[in-house]
Amino acid sequence: MTDLAGPVGGHAKSSFINDPKVRSIGLQLIALIVVIFLGWSFTENARDNLAAQKIATGFGFLDNTAGFGINQTLIPYSETSTYGRAFVVGLLNTLLVAVVGILLATIIGFLVGIGRLSKNFVVRTLSTVYVEVLRNLPPLFQILFWYLAVLSAMPGPRNSISLFGEVFISNRGIIIPRPLFGDGAGIVVWAIGLAILMAILFRHWAASRQEETGRYLPVLWINLGLIIGLPLLALIATGFPISFEVPELKGFNFVGGVQVIPEFVALTVALATYTAAFIAENVRSGIQSVSHGQTEAAHSLGLRHAQTLRLVIIPQAMRVIIPPLTSQYLNLTKNSSLAVGIGYPDLVAVFAGTALNQSGQAIEIIAITMGVYLVLSIITATIMNVYNKRVALVER
Amino acid sequence: MSMTFDDGTFIRNEMAPALPPPTQRIGALAWMRENLFSGVLNTLLTVFGIFLVALIVPPFVRFMFIDAVWTGENREACLGPEVGACWPFIQAKFGQLIYGFYPISERWRVDIVFAAGVLLLVPLMVLSWPFKRINAFLFFVAYPVVAFVLLTGGNINASAFLLERFGLIRGLVGDAEIGGINLVFWVDYVLTALLVMAAIGGLIAALGGSGRSAARTTFWVFLAFGLLIFIWDVDVGLDYVETRQWGGLLVTLVIAVTGIVASLPLGILLALGRRSQMPVVRLLSVIFIEFWRGVPLITVLFFATYMLPLFLPQGTNPDALLRALVGVALFSAAYMAEVVRGGLQAIPKGQYEGAMAVGLTWSQMMRLIILPQALTLVIPGIVNSFISLFKDTTLVLIVSIFDFLGQLRASFTDPNWATPVTLYTGFAFAGVVYFLFCFGMSRYSLFVERRLNTSHRH
Repeated sequence: MTDLAGPVGGHAKSSFINDPKVRSIGLQLIALIVVIFLGWSFTENARDNLAAQKIATGFGFLDNTAGFGINQTLIPYSETSTYGRAFVVGLLNTLLVAVVGILLATIIGFLVGIGRLSKNFVVRTLSTVYVEVLRNLPPLFQILFWYLAVLSAMPGPRNSISLFGEVFISNRGIIIPRPLFGDGAGIVVWAIGLAILMAILFRHWAASRQEETGRYLPVLWINLGLIIGLPLLALIATGFPISFEVPELKGFNFVGGVQVIPEFVALTVALATYTAAFIAENVRSGIQSVSHGQTEAAHSLGLRHAQTLRLVIIPQAMRVIIPPLTSQYLNLTKNSSLAVGIGYPDLVAVFAGTALNQSGQAIEIIAITMGVYLVLSIITATIMNVYNKRVALVER
Repeated sequence: MSMTFDDGTFIRNEMAPALPPPTQRIGALAWMRENLFSGVLNTLLTVFGIFLVALIVPPFVRFMFIDAVWTGENREACLGPEVGACWPFIQAKFGQLIYGFYPISERWRVDIVFAAGVLLLVPLMVLSWPFKRINAFLFFVAYPVVAFVLLTGGNINASAFLLERFGLIRGLVGDAEIGGINLVFWVDYVLTALLVMAAIGGLIAALGGSGRSAARTTFWVFLAFGLLIFIWDVDVGLDYVETRQWGGLLVTLVIAVTGIVASLPLGILLALGRRSQMPVVRLLSVIFIEFWRGVPLITVLFFATYMLPLFLPQGTNPDALLRALVGVALFSAAYMAEVVRGGLQAIPKGQYEGAMAVGLTWSQMMRLIILPQALTLVIPGIVNSFISLFKDTTLVLIVSIFDFLGQLRASFTDPNWATPVTLYTGFAFAGVVYFLFCFGMSRYSLFVERRLNTSHRH
């Protein structure tokens, strides 16, 4: 037999349809055709539907007057502002909940997670109960509970609960003193920034010095002193330009101060406590993932307990903790869209809710809203991938 | 006594007196000393913990049981200075919380669906019981079809709809019905099936493949689809109940079960697509998965409610619940895909190579070798994503579908039961229900994890 042009090793009945390459190309072509057809028919249908319902298309509506009020705005906004401005207000409100919620959730989560590993029976049991209860109740249920059952049940402004006579909790939310920035306040802000920058530089320098000479500096305490001391010095030098306007009860409501609306409190507290339960589990599994041999080795090298924790256990645990931690942060940010359930003006409630109902431009508005969350996810995922590459175990 | 020699050698010739026994090492007191009060910080924590327990538990127990009102006709029973939970309120609203506004005379249908679900699910969950394959088929395929007929009343007249849109011979014959069965449609359906079978079989045969097996596959697809249309078309004599009347736990469970039943196969397909060698398929799967995972479910529901109708042909106005179901199913499919992918990645390469070496085709390899192992590995993950799906069902209340939580919220506004404790009673009841469902599932997933782990403990 010299005819080697045919399929090598193929048997008589085999044909090109059984060739994996042909099949793969065929399948991919079919997949592409299906997707393109679906996309095409969706666009056609959408065009017909929009024409029939006389809905405008395009992003021109962003410049139109919104005409509705928003009860919490971080930037100046009024009913005469545009939809575009309403979008920014909603986005900022979402980010506010996300940032405050993430901070709170991290603190509670780490405390509870460490508590779950405590030798103390009471602490351990309480932490376990916390995690199991909060994790197994729907977040929307918890938000509604905080909003309807806890915050609405607070006393009215006249009988509000007062903390140190400066902060007032009532059924209209929490009222805190408003900082007033006088002349020279800018210097203090600069001092804070400078202190943080110096602290970072000092840490680097101390680390490299330790590499070279083996001598250790108490970086934490020096940096803490730097970050507190420098702004304090600036404050003294400029003669305390920052003062606080304490809220006062006048008539039936408070005057002055910053009012934190109850929707914000309910949403943030509910999301933070809910997410904290998941973070606690991540922290626990992260700490448990560091084998006990590491502790024993560190002790036998003569490290003290605190040093063992700080230099051996936590760095290794963090490698396990951080990836799920960021996805919990992302979850919290996405869950902040539940705001619409209690009327907190976040991105979804303001833009995909009110603005959509008014303008009717569902496609553009929902696309923008989804796009915002997608961008947030992609940014987080990218940072995560970079981090994962940096901390991944380098194996032989 | 001891002896001392001249050179200073010292020999002891008698037992040293016994040391006093160590301070108690066992018993409650010693345990407390070791565990609760071993240091200043620890003691402070213990005291704080006990303080928290004292702050929360007694009022909670008092509210739920001791001060609770157990009987009553209306709000009068629950008005009082020191009243706990108002359980008559839950009794009065119980039907609504479970069935929504489902007609009272038809509620037995829902009961049957619930009972059948439990009967099929329990044997599926007990790992050691036999007949898993047929059980899974019944739960994942037969049950949803039957439940659909029972809950809606069936008789959706899909045949007329299909005939109108895709009918081949409608113009020739016109409409003819015998015994509630649309004859023209079925003649048309069989003709279409034969034509398509012939076309596909012929095409594959012409290309050199096995035309017979292609035709056979087509036949089974048409048979299954025809059976589905037939079951949904037959007038079984049940009243039609539109989904707007559904509510309460019924809707919660319908969304959760549909979500899992739809997302599992879709998720497996997506996971296989993501692991595929074919770049286009892989890219499409990645885009699909990452898109749905990147956006919150609320926006998906908004998408399904406001945007989806715009994408469908004019005149089709799908049911609100159906739209939400589609959104939930796509959303959870993306998460399921990632869970399944985890399982696929955990299967050693040798399994793939072994399967290929014995000459299995790709689909045989997946069906018989890879997926059974991969899916068993990720049962805990699947249950976990089911838990989050169950919790996420509450979100439909935002697009005006009254699930359990939505129904509860609606019942707060009833003036007949307006008391200061109504709100707390409702939250307590709903909290217990949600907790029991989710906690039960998470315990089950832990149990499965432990059971399945044994084989890896070498």
